[in-house]
Amino acid sequence: MIHFDHVWKRYPNGREALCDLTLEIGRGEMAFLTGHSGAGKSTLLKLIALIERPSRGTLIVNGQNTATVPRAKIPPFRRQIGIVFQDHKLLMDRPVYDNVGLPLVIAGIPEKEIGKRVRAALDQVGLLGREQNRPIELSTGEQQRVGIARAIIGKPSLLIADEPTGNLDPDLSIEVMNIFKRFNEVGVTVLIASHDVHLIERYGVRRVILEGGRVAGGAGEPPPELPSMVAV
Amino acid sequence: MKQWFERHLQTLVGSLGRLWQKPFATLLTILVIGIALALPACLHVLVQNVRAASGGWSNALDVSVYMKQSASLDDARQAAERIRKRRDVAEVTVVKADDALEEFRKNSGFGEALDALKDNPLPHALVVRPAEEFRGPGHIAGLTEELRKLPGVDIVQLDTEWVSRFNAILDVVRRVVFLAAGLFALGILVIVGNTIRLDIENRRDEIEVTKLVGGSDAFVRRPFLYNGVWYGLGGGTIAWLIVAVVIVVLSDPVQRIAGLYGSSFSLQGLGGEGSLALVLGGAVLGWLGSFIAATREIRGIEPK
Repeated sequence: MIHFDHVWKRYPNGREALCDLTLEIGRGEMAFLTGHSGAGKSTLLKLIALIERPSRGTLIVNGQNTATVPRAKIPPFRRQIGIVFQDHKLLMDRPVYDNVGLPLVIAGIPEKEIGKRVRAALDQVGLLGREQNRPIELSTGEQQRVGIARAIIGKPSLLIADEPTGNLDPDLSIEVMNIFKRFNEVGVTVLIASHDVHLIERYGVRRVILEGGRVAGGAGEPPPELPSMVAV
Repeated sequence: MKQWFERHLQTLVGSLGRLWQKPFATLLTILVIGIALALPACLHVLVQNVRAASGGWSNALDVSVYMKQSASLDDARQAAERIRKRRDVAEVTVVKADDALEEFRKNSGFGEALDALKDNPLPHALVVRPAEEFRGPGHIAGLTEELRKLPGVDIVQLDTEWVSRFNAILDVVRRVVFLAAGLFALGILVIVGNTIRLDIENRRDEIEVTKLVGGSDAFVRRPFLYNGVWYGLGGGTIAWLIVAVVIVVLSDPVQRIAGLYGSSFSLQGLGGEGSLALVLGGAVLGWLGSFIAATREIRGIEPK
């Protein structure tokens, strides 16, 4: 699903965020990306979402070589990925309904179907009935769940999340992680960047440890039902 | 297709709603556009009206023939007879010097000053109206040339000369209107473009989020294009109102002036086509201005 092949990322200011990174995440796999802040977790996710591009090396996402995706084709590329942000990135002046339905509006789905799917997505994150609330009226945990609903409404085959529990207390964190787990169980590939080691240990999934822009450990076996895809 | 239409309609109404949320700023923008459109529109109406008013004069191609002071009334009548026989002349009127003086006394307001004159300073004169089929500029020039050679004739004056001069001036004014319209159109593009640029800047976060979840530049740009169209439509309507008010205000005094000149002329407005052109022109300018600004600005906003 995701294939990093000797990828380097150097920012214009000279900072080397990723050095010679090679990593493979299999289709249907769920993996955690851990490491200290500055280890390159966010950069790695940004490369997957084509927010940044590799300086060197090849990155293949869902069968597409990201180097061959021109600027104009980035929007459709992003539509096949669900992205969850630490700071939610919600439209604060719009109701939850508009926020969650935005990817479908962009995709040109008819209004009637949007309504149905927004309610289904909100149901999956336990927020059914909150369509008309504004994000500002919701708690941080609820806002994060709105962000997740928006990420999954387009039925993406890949879900990436950058510190989705960064601002949440432990109970809420578990709740949010369980949501991700449920999506993984229906076949969605899930990659979550998190430094919350205690939380991660609760789940028996693979941990990819980043250190100074390199993979310091494939950490743990991939789930037995999946072929071996340990990072090199 | 239906979805596409639905989606556009939604954006159209949505953008109107957004403008409605900040009525003062929207009103200011629309007013500026309206005034910028109204100036060339008013000039255009002015030129159209002057042309309409002067249209009747172009046919008055009378040639005035002034006899020498020494020529008697009989000389004048003889000359008139000779001219009347010409094929290219329809009518000749003899204006006696005394009649001319009398009329001048009545109309000029110099009555008492004229009384001080011992002799009538005015000569006898003939007013020659060329025949219908000989009113081309070439024919008229030939006619005046030959009239000038007749015995006893002093000055031959083509009354239409000032009409041609007037028309020439009017042509210049029309061109000035064109230039002004062009400049104001450019101004409107800048105004709309800058307003849209600020709108975009204010919604930068929203645009970043939309792009993050897969919104294309065209998708992000669409509501701003509709904003531009609304600004333009609003401005066009304001301009139309301004022109209408100007015409109502000027209509009475102009009619009085026309009455004094014995004309039934009355001010004409933009008319249906002109009104439509004004409002639609505003919309097109609004769209174009926002298109240029939004395309540029939105391209520069990328999620970080």
